[in-house]
Amino acid sequence: MMPTIVFGVLSVIIIGFALAMVLSKNLVHSAIFMAATFVGVAGIYLTLSAGFLAAVQILIYVGAISILMVFGVMLTRRGDISASNLFNKRIISGVVVSAALFIILGRLILTSEWFPSSFSVPESTVGPIADLMMNAYVIPFETAALILLAAMVGAIILAKGARRTR
Amino acid sequence: MLQQYSGLGIYLIAAIIFPFIIVFVALILGPKRPNPEKLTTYECGLDTQGPTWVQFKINYFLYALVFVVFDVETVFLYPWAVKFQALGLFAFIEMIIFIAILVIGLWYAWKEGALEWM
Repeated sequence: MMPTIVFGVLSVIIIGFALAMVLSKNLVHSAIFMAATFVGVAGIYLTLSAGFLAAVQILIYVGAISILMVFGVMLTRRGDISASNLFNKRIISGVVVSAALFIILGRLILTSEWFPSSFSVPESTVGPIADLMMNAYVIPFETAALILLAAMVGAIILAKGARRTR
Repeated sequence: MLQQYSGLGIYLIAAIIFPFIIVFVALILGPKRPNPEKLTTYECGLDTQGPTWVQFKINYFLYALVFVVFDVETVFLYPWAVKFQALGLFAFIEMIIFIAILVIGLWYAWKEGALEWM
């Protein structure tokens, strides 16, 4: 009973903020509403007992991706920001595409045969991940650091321009 | 599992309501004697110049990029921190190497002047 109530409340929050994001006329406000939507999705992960996934959702989506969105908006400003996220005239095609997507997804969900796992929920989802990451998958773990380093250096070179060697 | 996080939910609700209470109390108790000077936009005590929504330089984007990299690093730090006692010295050295690799990136960003304030 309790999970159902929590799921309902979270759904209202997510859909409300998602609508606010779409309907807001200011792109920066839209980005903030998007961050709030992501927090709601993190709540859904918590109800599914996926604590680590919720933390990742908060850190990556609310932290990193929203920041990049806000910076992207602020860097590419054109004209008046308070009217930067306006509606266009293609309402009919938009409704058709959205309705088609909704019908397809709904049909798939309703006609799918679900196989609920018989395993019980683990006590801690973070602990086993730490064990695997630090013991079995050390090399991929350190490779992740190298990939992050490459991404950061590449981004700096793209933004600043590579320095010419003598 | 859900009971485990009920405290978090209560905390979140309290954190959202609390600012509204403060603003509401200030609205009731505070005396209101506005004059044109008081009603001007506050910008560190100076008169505001130009529009609020200016276009930022691309250089500021580098702060965001460096932040994102260390944000992703936090994702890796979190499980390690949770199991810190059980994992022991080997994992500690692994994490030091991991952080060292990323610090090279920070050093590079610093060297390239990505952290300079324009």
